[in-house]
Amino acid sequence: MSGTYLGMPSFPEAARDAVRDVTLRGNLRRATHTIRDKRAGAVAELDDWGRLREAGKRIKDHTLRHLDRYLVQVEEAVTAAGGTVHWAADAAEANAIVTRLVQETGESEVVKVKSMATQETGLNEALEAHGIRAYETDLAELIVQLGKDRPSHLLVPAIHRNRGEIRDIFRSEMSEWGRPAPEGLTDTPAELAEAARLHLREKFLRARVGISGANFMVAETGTLVVVESEGNGRMCLTLPETLISVVGIEKVIPTWRDLEVFLQLLPRSSTAERMNPYTTMWTGTTDGDGPRAFHLVLLDNGRTDTLADEVGRQALRCIRCSACLNVCPVYERAGGHAYGSVYPGPIGAILSPQLRGTASAIDASLPYASSLCGACYDVCPVAIDIPEVLVHLREKVADQGGKGHRLERAAMRAATWLLDHPAALTAGERLASKTRKLHPERLPGPGARQWTNSRDLPDLPAEPFRDWWKKNRA
Amino acid sequence: MTPESSSRDRVLGRVRRALADAPEAPEITRDYRASHTPDDPATVLDLLHGNLADYRAGVQRSTRRDLPAVIGRLLAGHGAGSVVVPPGLPEAWLAASDTRRLPDDVPLTPAELDSADAVVTGCALAVAETGTVVLDAGPGQGRRALTLIPDLHICVVDVPGQVVASLPQALPRLDPTRPTTWISGPSATSDIELDRVEGVHGPRTLEVVLVVD
Repeated sequence: MSGTYLGMPSFPEAARDAVRDVTLRGNLRRATHTIRDKRAGAVAELDDWGRLREAGKRIKDHTLRHLDRYLVQVEEAVTAAGGTVHWAADAAEANAIVTRLVQETGESEVVKVKSMATQETGLNEALEAHGIRAYETDLAELIVQLGKDRPSHLLVPAIHRNRGEIRDIFRSEMSEWGRPAPEGLTDTPAELAEAARLHLREKFLRARVGISGANFMVAETGTLVVVESEGNGRMCLTLPETLISVVGIEKVIPTWRDLEVFLQLLPRSSTAERMNPYTTMWTGTTDGDGPRAFHLVLLDNGRTDTLADEVGRQALRCIRCSACLNVCPVYERAGGHAYGSVYPGPIGAILSPQLRGTASAIDASLPYASSLCGACYDVCPVAIDIPEVLVHLREKVADQGGKGHRLERAAMRAATWLLDHPAALTAGERLASKTRKLHPERLPGPGARQWTNSRDLPDLPAEPFRDWWKKNRA
Repeated sequence: MTPESSSRDRVLGRVRRALADAPEAPEITRDYRASHTPDDPATVLDLLHGNLADYRAGVQRSTRRDLPAVIGRLLAGHGAGSVVVPPGLPEAWLAASDTRRLPDDVPLTPAELDSADAVVTGCALAVAETGTVVLDAGPGQGRRALTLIPDLHICVVDVPGQVVASLPQALPRLDPTRPTTWISGPSATSDIELDRVEGVHGPRTLEVVLVVD
């Protein structure tokens, strides 16, 4: 995936600073609890939620089972409607296609509606390397871009920033990118949103190329669907002359009718609304309305590897609603950055190591970034059994070996020997009790230190239990 | 073979290899509700009204005869000095307003749209359970940009002909080959500490007029 995250340390290491950042934890806790409570209310309005969820799950599983057929169908339908379809096997190829398409328009600026696929491929950086500037237009993405930061939540990428931090970013950075922040900008959300409106409107009105992802693409009709709230999506999708959409191959659904399931599941799960303020649907190009040229880039980038895994492939059902992030006790404390990927939280913990493989420290650690409490599975609108996939991936990581696991095995062997030799155990316990004032708070050694860096060592009792029992009961 | 067509073969080949041993997926079930609302026009209308208002759209009910006066009052009440008129909008709708008209018969430029205060349109459908109006660029609605750039959107819904209860009832009535815009309340963001703010990029004000005779 994106070069941005290469060389990320493992999850526990990356999370260490985050869990000690009181501001970050406060921002995250407030935000995730607010959304999760509202979501429960929105879901409770539909007494057939369980049946919708099962339908969503089955439609996605059916589509994935026949993905080749539906991809060919969507290609035919988009082409027949006046669009052009491109195929990208990996991130580099997708970026090269988009760069070439932008260059062919002669433009050096593009406006973008928030898209996970292009974050995944690191498109903005790739365009920048060719002298093309990409403006993120979703308010939260703008905050992230101006702050030279990384997104930390699927739906609310700047969830880790509070209003004061956002005001400071706008004041110091907006002028670099275009219209500066108004004089005397305060930190009220209304004023901050107005500053973003003014800053971006001049870009929307002159933009000739727009770049998007899509929430769904309908094989039967060739229709693409983008759901959003602010109207920046509508701006990017309808005002430019050329529209380029980069879409993961798993986003296809078979029929127009299937939207009746997903348009009920997605808004309620993600923003806890009956419906998001704006949904745009377009099929190829239409004379006199919207872009004159439409390009669809179908992106693999590790999805077919995920599809090949019989347990892990269910992660491709994901509709990116982010409900799992908002209920996850680990995400709530560690924040999104620690996951080292554009996909944070429980879904990131199973999606990233499958899309990228588990060779790196961060990807090998992600399946462990969970307490396996199962809350993510309960809220998932397409019933992805995230704990099942986490355990499955842990098995794979353990099988591939590595330093951490050799140490774990050595510790287990030592413990087995000790338990088999009671005299040695008794002696060890007594020694430990006598020397307990001298015990360090952190264990030495690379593996053991890693363990105690994120955990407190238990206090030892003044005497071993077996000695106490002999004195008092025997 | 061009590089792109070889990528097509590569991706499709990988998909087919990945699925070689995959069992058939269970059959799709559709035992969810076609509607969550009693099949009674008055109930559906009240639900639409309530859900639109809940998403901070202004909602008016009007008779067909009073419609021009209602539209005129809304334009004046919001201080609109100019109004974009999509091709095919019934002339009578603006008959009671002296707001300057900007017809889109020859497409207005983005800058011209940006200088307009308001737009008046009809719609293709309204969905009661979600509080949504759907525009499909048909007559009286115009291209998608018209309802996006001016800061006030007045949308007229014909009741009961254009009202459905639910999403499963809405989709069969829409033509997928047309560009559609689904609008549920004014433009909004919750990106700053989850405080909802209206009108980030789209219209700050959505006024829906339900024509009920």
